[in-house]
Amino acid sequence: MSKGNGIYPEDLKYTKEHEWVAVHGNVGTVGITHYAQSELGDIVYVELPAVGTAVVAGEEFGSVESVKAVSEVYAPASGEVLEVNGALAQSPETINKDPYTEGWLMKIKMADPNELKGLMSAAEYRKHIEDESN
Amino acid sequence: MDDASRYIPASEADRQAMLREIGLERIEDLFASIPESLRLAHPLEVPGPLSEQELQGEFAARARENRELDGRAQFLGGGAYRHFAPAVVDHLITRTEFYSSYTPYQPEISQGTLQAIFEYQTLICQLTELDISNASMYDGASALAEGLLMAERANPKGRVVLSDRLHPEYVQTARTYLSNVEVGVDAFGHRPDGTADPEAARKEIGGGASALVIQHPNFFGCLEEVETLARVAHDAGALLIVVVSEPVSLGILKGPGRQGADVVLGEGHSFGVPLSYGGPFLGFMAARAAFLRNMPGRLVGETHDVDGRRGYVLTLSTREQHIRREKATSNICTNEGLCALTAAIFLSVLGRDGLRELAVHNHARAEYARRALASVRGCSIPFGAPIFNEFVVTLPIPAAQAVRALGERGIVPGLPLSRYFPGRERDLLVCVTEVNPRSEIDRLAVELGRLA
Repeated sequence: MSKGNGIYPEDLKYTKEHEWVAVHGNVGTVGITHYAQSELGDIVYVELPAVGTAVVAGEEFGSVESVKAVSEVYAPASGEVLEVNGALAQSPETINKDPYTEGWLMKIKMADPNELKGLMSAAEYRKHIEDESN
Repeated sequence: MDDASRYIPASEADRQAMLREIGLERIEDLFASIPESLRLAHPLEVPGPLSEQELQGEFAARARENRELDGRAQFLGGGAYRHFAPAVVDHLITRTEFYSSYTPYQPEISQGTLQAIFEYQTLICQLTELDISNASMYDGASALAEGLLMAERANPKGRVVLSDRLHPEYVQTARTYLSNVEVGVDAFGHRPDGTADPEAARKEIGGGASALVIQHPNFFGCLEEVETLARVAHDAGALLIVVVSEPVSLGILKGPGRQGADVVLGEGHSFGVPLSYGGPFLGFMAARAAFLRNMPGRLVGETHDVDGRRGYVLTLSTREQHIRREKATSNICTNEGLCALTAAIFLSVLGRDGLRELAVHNHARAEYARRALASVRGCSIPFGAPIFNEFVVTLPIPAAQAVRALGERGIVPGLPLSRYFPGRERDLLVCVTEVNPRSEIDRLAVELGRLA
């Protein structure tokens, strides 16, 4: 199966490090992509920042641990953490099952919407993972 | 062909071929990156080779220069304790399945090794009354250093506060580990009875700290008020780390985990690992379950295979250095396997009642010795706090001088504290365990009485 054949919703923005962000006004909901979860395998633990923490675009805000590896996750945009997905503490495997809705990681109040311009569309992201896996 | 070639498989021709392959002429060319001024220009000045028979003779002669402890009355403690180990311990650990195994690098194929580590972890959890234990560490001192780094990961405040009654060598090791990370190390004082001062701790911790650290029993042998100090730590948002350098004490003392400690770590060699000129030792570390993912080192877990059979795995390896590189929780990717096994066998042989009985013997003999020395002319006991198997006695003459004098009479009376604490010239740290019969203690009292 080609790596780009996963599901990549058109209304999301993507990072090179395989995070997605859904934008509603100045609030961004952040998670990891279908590709990221399938590469990691069974996810067993998620480390998320405290509400109120400042995150910086391109910098680490937490980690996702699978049976194979612990992987850092990077903020797609700068801002303040409004909410984190507390349900993942009990059922981190939700990220494997549903990376785009129930498996979200955090919501941030974005400081500068211009930062989103550097992110990829679904089509660009598909191409990015094709290139990366070649 | 020189003699060494008997033991080195590469011949001179092999070496020349390898040098040609990498484009060099001489072995010395490999060291070109070391400045010439630092390199030795001539062969090492060492005596010529000995035959195997001569070599054995040489070392036997050197060994005879040692003063043997057998037949001497010996009261040294201070982090290294003499205990009796039943012969079954040595017999079992020297089985080749165990004796030659290193920490498992292809872990799941070594079910026996993993099970032994799992049993060890379980015993450490029971003794400390905490939820989790790692597979063991190098020694008590490095366990402290790792514990401080763990506290800083779990509760980052950039500072730790240590009792001034911690083993000075542990503190030195911890400071070395922390010297290149941004974590300050501060100390707080003790009360006249020899125990850590909770008020001094409260003041020192005022500015916040990742952890408050005490040793129990402390370096001077005194038992600490763990519950009070746990409250001081927790009120200030710090973890309480309790260091135990003599774990036989846990046979009669409450588990520090039950008294509020978040992390209990220390030295486990007392559980059957003999004193052999400074090692090997056995670091242990236990913690509350909340710190599972911050725990340094390896961890063995119990699980079931697809057919429901019990099995053991190295769990959470994803946080170890060989997988997570520079983001690993620690640079320790090993454990003190044979010593951990020794401890597990020793504790299993003694059992719950046996360990308790051993601890009671240690305590009773040390109390007997403390009373005996308190009544010796010219001697006094400076600290009144309860003890386990160690205590300080103040002598009429410098302690180092007393050690020399009694050494001539076949007694090693203890550890002079001036080695670590200038100003405590006359103080001697005396340790009494089950291997010191009362007759030895009586002799010690008589000989110390002659010093005045």
